[in-house]
Amino acid sequence: MPAKASRAAFGEALLDLGARDERIVTLDADLSKSTMTVNFAKKYPQRAFNLGIAESNMIGVGAGMALTGRIPFACSFACFIVGRFETIRISVAYTNANLKIVGTHSGIAIGEDGYSQMGIEDIACIRSLPNIGIIQPADELETKQVIAYAVEHQGPLYLRLTRQNLEPVCPPDYRFQYGRWLALRPGHDVTLIGTGGPLFNCLEAAKQLEADGISAEVINAACIKPLDEEMLVQSAGRTGHVVTVEDHTVAGGLGGAVAEFLGDVLPTPMKRLGVHGFGESGDAKGLYAKHGLDPAGITASVKKFLNR
Amino acid sequence: MGEVRLESIARECRVQILRMLAHAGSGHPGGSLSVIDILTTLYFGRLKFDPKRPDWPERDRVVLSKGHAVPALYAVLARAGYFPEKQLITLRKLGSPLQGHPDRTALPGMEAATGSLGQGLSISLGLALGLKLANVKSRVYCILGDGEIQEGQVWEAAMSAPKLGQPQHALDNLAVILDYNQIQLDNFVKKVLDIEPVIAKWQSFGWPVIEIDGHDIAQITKALDQAEATTGGPTFIVAHTVKGKGVSFMENDPEWHGKAPKPAEAIKAIREVLGVTESAWEDYLKTDSATRAIVDELSALEKK
Repeated sequence: MPAKASRAAFGEALLDLGARDERIVTLDADLSKSTMTVNFAKKYPQRAFNLGIAESNMIGVGAGMALTGRIPFACSFACFIVGRFETIRISVAYTNANLKIVGTHSGIAIGEDGYSQMGIEDIACIRSLPNIGIIQPADELETKQVIAYAVEHQGPLYLRLTRQNLEPVCPPDYRFQYGRWLALRPGHDVTLIGTGGPLFNCLEAAKQLEADGISAEVINAACIKPLDEEMLVQSAGRTGHVVTVEDHTVAGGLGGAVAEFLGDVLPTPMKRLGVHGFGESGDAKGLYAKHGLDPAGITASVKKFLNR
Repeated sequence: MGEVRLESIARECRVQILRMLAHAGSGHPGGSLSVIDILTTLYFGRLKFDPKRPDWPERDRVVLSKGHAVPALYAVLARAGYFPEKQLITLRKLGSPLQGHPDRTALPGMEAATGSLGQGLSISLGLALGLKLANVKSRVYCILGDGEIQEGQVWEAAMSAPKLGQPQHALDNLAVILDYNQIQLDNFVKKVLDIEPVIAKWQSFGWPVIEIDGHDIAQITKALDQAEATTGGPTFIVAHTVKGKGVSFMENDPEWHGKAPKPAEAIKAIREVLGVTESAWEDYLKTDSATRAIVDELSALEKK
């Protein structure tokens, strides 16, 4: 499979699922060409609703539709989604509406558009809400499975997708399971937990680390809420060192979730890699290098963390 | 004849609102008393529902977007048979499904979590659109507060609703009622942030607007008839109301937006709601055992 953006895989999956399930509808806020629901809207114009540049209303309308048995996907950039936190808090999470919220253009990897368009606090905010699960697929195969799963899942979900292309990382026989992670590469010195965009870089870093005599287990944490607590405890217990890698602020994201959980049940030395401060304009590669999320940055951080 | 029956139910509901708020020791009497005639007319003169099947897909839906007035909705739901009236005095108590503001997941019959103002209209749009797509003939009623429409999300929804689902799924199954009691928490709406000209605003957003006295059951009924007869889009009803309606010392006083009556105050308020003079009160209570029980219960609370 060639590299593909998870938003593109999402758009393709919706087209396919929409043919089989009439309950599926899409809601957009003037970004359907970017969230990739545009083809669904062309094929099923009566099931696609553009609410204009009014994300709060879009999320509320989606919650209401969900309460009548529709399965709405409410889509916008991750930053604009989380900006409507209060509506997500009451109309979606507290209401327990079966709404699928899709945040595309997550992370600093969107590059040139700069900070105001970068969703880098979305996991931290939405993770604080009961009822709502958070999934971030890492490649095309996984995205398509996650979207199919989201249709079946009863309850609200937040799906975090990328603008940029993602290299394949999951094996061809992979089957996504809610609340379960996948070890992509075995290792015994350090647990390297990645999610979404930078996961491929974790695998590249693991190769370099191996060449340098460090054995890293690489885990795909597609499900950020709930965590795969079983795999986390097993791996952290085995390696004694945990490094998390995400294109999200280091405050409260996957790293925060892992630290909170391990702090309670198995305190383990940890290093959280992610975005520090605000993002900024630039090319995605340069931004990942600046924040230490490229293979070289991850390799260096792991070595420093292990004192090797 | 129907109006007399509804007026009588509304009186009973007012009594229950005062009773439960006194027991809770906190809550919002003013806006509950201003909206109760509207809710009574909806539930006992209009709505299709079955308290034994609160999730019946073909039921009509009411979204009380001004969620702080939920004591009024609880009084109506109990009267309609969703739960026993004795449960009303668990309002705001630990473990009660009667939360201080609506919790959809806690109590059958609640359609949405509201109380964070400005969100109920969007949910109502979604309900109305979802019902249209599913080809269900039910109607959706959304009740907004006047202070509430200062929230920006209301205007996102207001701009959207007349256009949403057009042309096949136009939201003519939706009626929105503004409980225009002219008072919000801090002060009179005019003094905090005037919403006038409110009719012109909604009309300019594409809504047909009906203006009524929100305590006149005949006018409420007629407006709901008109809304139901309207095709091609939703209807907006401006209901002029009196905050604290029915209780002399609460009417038109911002102080009673969010302050519960003490038990003795509640007893006095109940007497006024029932239209009984102070001198005739003891004799009246001998003839009305239900009210007698409520008054005794409140008197006992006073002594605690």
